[in-house]
Amino acid sequence: MAKVHVQTQINGEPVDFLCEPQQSLLEVLREELSRTGTKEGCGTGDCGACSVLLDGRLVCACLVLGVEATGKNVTTIEGIAPEEGLHPIQQQFLEHAALQCGICTPGLIVATKALLDKNPNPTEKEIRYWLAGNLCRCTGYDKIIRAVQASAAELSHPA
Amino acid sequence: MAETAPDTSFTNQDFKIIGTRPPRPDGVDKVTGRAKYGADAFAAGQLTALILRSPHAHAKILSIDTKRAEKLKGVKAVVTCEDLPDLTGGNRGMLDILENCMARGRALYDGHAVAAVAAIDAETAKKALKLIKVKYEVLPHVTDVDEAMKKKAPIIQPHIRTTGVDPKPKKASNVAARSQFGHGDIEAGFAAADVIVEESYKTEQTHQGYIEPHACLASVGPDGQGELWVTTQGHFVFRNTCAALLGMEVAKLKVTSSEIGGGFGGKTHVWMEPVALALSRKANRPVKLTMSREEVFRASGPTSSTSIDIKIGATRDGRICAASAELRYQGGAFPGIWGMLGAMTTWACYDLENCQSVAFDVLVNRPKSAAYRAPSAPMAAFAVESTIDLVAAKLGMDPVDFRILNAAKEGTRASYGPTYGPIGIGPTLEAVKNHPHMKAPLGPNQGRGMACGFWFNFGGQTCTDINVGVDGTVSLTVGTMDVGGSRASLSLIAAEELGIPYERVKCNVADTASLGHNDMTEGSRGTFSSGMATIFAARDVVKVLRNRAAAMWEIDVDDVAWEDGQAVAKGIAHSNLSPLSLADIARKSPTTGGPIAGHNETVADGAGVSFASHICDVEVDPETGATKVIRYTVVQDAGKAIHPDYVEGQFQGAAAQGIGWALNEEYIYGEDGRLQNPGFLDYRIPVCSDLPFIDTEILEIPNPGHPYGVRGVGETSIVPPLAAIGNAVSNAAGVRLNHVPMSPPRILKAINAAK
Repeated sequence: MAKVHVQTQINGEPVDFLCEPQQSLLEVLREELSRTGTKEGCGTGDCGACSVLLDGRLVCACLVLGVEATGKNVTTIEGIAPEEGLHPIQQQFLEHAALQCGICTPGLIVATKALLDKNPNPTEKEIRYWLAGNLCRCTGYDKIIRAVQASAAELSHPA
Repeated sequence: MAETAPDTSFTNQDFKIIGTRPPRPDGVDKVTGRAKYGADAFAAGQLTALILRSPHAHAKILSIDTKRAEKLKGVKAVVTCEDLPDLTGGNRGMLDILENCMARGRALYDGHAVAAVAAIDAETAKKALKLIKVKYEVLPHVTDVDEAMKKKAPIIQPHIRTTGVDPKPKKASNVAARSQFGHGDIEAGFAAADVIVEESYKTEQTHQGYIEPHACLASVGPDGQGELWVTTQGHFVFRNTCAALLGMEVAKLKVTSSEIGGGFGGKTHVWMEPVALALSRKANRPVKLTMSREEVFRASGPTSSTSIDIKIGATRDGRICAASAELRYQGGAFPGIWGMLGAMTTWACYDLENCQSVAFDVLVNRPKSAAYRAPSAPMAAFAVESTIDLVAAKLGMDPVDFRILNAAKEGTRASYGPTYGPIGIGPTLEAVKNHPHMKAPLGPNQGRGMACGFWFNFGGQTCTDINVGVDGTVSLTVGTMDVGGSRASLSLIAAEELGIPYERVKCNVADTASLGHNDMTEGSRGTFSSGMATIFAARDVVKVLRNRAAAMWEIDVDDVAWEDGQAVAKGIAHSNLSPLSLADIARKSPTTGGPIAGHNETVADGAGVSFASHICDVEVDPETGATKVIRYTVVQDAGKAIHPDYVEGQFQGAAAQGIGWALNEEYIYGEDGRLQNPGFLDYRIPVCSDLPFIDTEILEIPNPGHPYGVRGVGETSIVPPLAAIGNAVSNAAGVRLNHVPMSPPRILKAINAAK
């Protein structure tokens, strides 16, 4: 089958790529564009390791086709940090030791950003239900929740 | 904290930075997506590989026709067992690894690999798999551990004769091994008992559930040299195994461990890497092989399902006078040591005059059982700790007091043989007894339970280098890969020994070509053993630094002391000499003798055993049987917590895995012997909204076998949760669940049966 020419924006930069019509956005990001920060844990939308933002909306990149990125803005973990230093969410994940193996971390940070963009002051329960689509097997989520709470506090009351 | 004052005299140290919580050195890479895991490597000209797997639980493979697949445009290599000849020279354990990687004439479980292809892309590889024709003769199968032990059960490995029985059996059996531990006179013990409780338990098979599937990138050249990039808990062991199975020379296969996306024991086993190497050798191209999530479930790593009988006798004064157990652990289609480990841990928490545990390692048509965090201990603890609560109730005693009265202590002869040194079971129980959690009020349908757990911990072969840069920074090179923050802990240790700031140390995990052999990161040994080797390597560096300072000062090295991170000239004669820092000495190193380095190679003996006690509150919905964990507290002895954040992280993560095991997770096999839930949707691990915050209390009862008193911390806390939750459910719903997981249907059934 002929490949499709897709024009999109990834992390604010214009990107052109060719993909098979059946290729997922996750495959395109990882295999065609070398954006390997977005991880594959299941390929069936159950683990959230491939969380990205599509025009600001949180999606599993494994459940989106590459061609669906046409004309959209894709935000991946590589696009979270500002030009200098780290995003407050990234910094809080580090300071709270909210990661062990780190494979779920990109997805969790992207999902946290989507949450805090929408709801700057979430309750613990709101955080737990919002992040319920992002599996972490190492931490028991304790330090992740604390990092998200600290991120929310920092973002709504910057030092 | 418990009142017990730990003996720290042997450490002879006031720590300066051990016990602080700096950010980990690999942190920025991991929060920005830069860290490279198993599937994140690419090589020029790489091929994509896929594995064809058996749809049958048990079958004879009559033929495999790969001709059409080989002819498909874009297919560069197809391999079957023909391409992986038996080079093991009669080493049955190695042949088992090979046969598990690629079936040899028979498929032993649903998901067993039978052929593999490497092609220019995934689409072509998928098409090629469909073109491989395998003729099977389906055989009767067995997937349940108790069924597999019956006389009429289909035999899975005809060469197996049960070991550990006398006389040696003549007939093949699914029971691979019988093992027995204990001491005293069991019959006399039970005869003296005022109360006896006997119960039987079952636990279902669970998977480690690491989020990163197995992945590797293999490259073998026509000169016989190879490289393997792989997500593994032990790249040195993988090198040795892969080299032996493929007939390669150990030094000519360089294995690099990628960042690892979780392992929990499941990445200590070689599941598919020889296949990737064989494909690369045949295609003369680099080959990338990754498992799908379904393949991870069907063909890698689950822990044993078990069936366990427990009998405990106690006297009216609350002393256990006899304890016996029979444990049956399934090992999948290959023999393992899982029953034996279960039997060794069964009674390890208690000080018993008469105890016995007998274990059977049993083969079934399921994937090869693998280590899973304190392997085999959680199931035995579920059975024992549930029964302990029943005995306490029968005696009218508080379950914590009953445990304290019977807890093992320094000098106790452990049920598995050795005599304990200083241990933490008593202090963890005292801490539980005094914990505010134990006194908090409970609401309707809520119950509280507690339980104890034990794990051996391990040391093993370890090799570490330290290199000092001319600017006074220090490169620490270790061979135990980092599963959850050990590079931070090891950097702290190097900085502590050398007296320099943590930020001046960079810890790297070396590939197999750059350092001597290191055993796996398993048995909670990473920080224990590499920490020990780091201490000795740093002391080696200090020797060199003193020599260089002596050279710079032109005095005798015996007059140079190393104090607080600097060389100090001793004696009044040298009072004019200002101390030299590590950086001062490093700067001059090119002219004082060249590079400054330290090294240590060791077999890290002296791993200290570890104990934990957990408290858990649950709420059981009497209408649905659904259980919610509402509060959870972990108390565990760490010996010495090097980086408390990552110690707490181990406690919390282990507890969460135990909670999943207790309440939800299980492999479900159909009548056809096929796994019905090989995905995260139907094999449900705990998500964020399932759990409360997990409180932790770190106790520090120093391990005399380590210069800083460190004990491994990674595994023990997966041991108590099954029983802690079982005891809590029993107190909440008035029914005792002897079958894990305590899923809503099982609990509802028990509630309805009790009505």
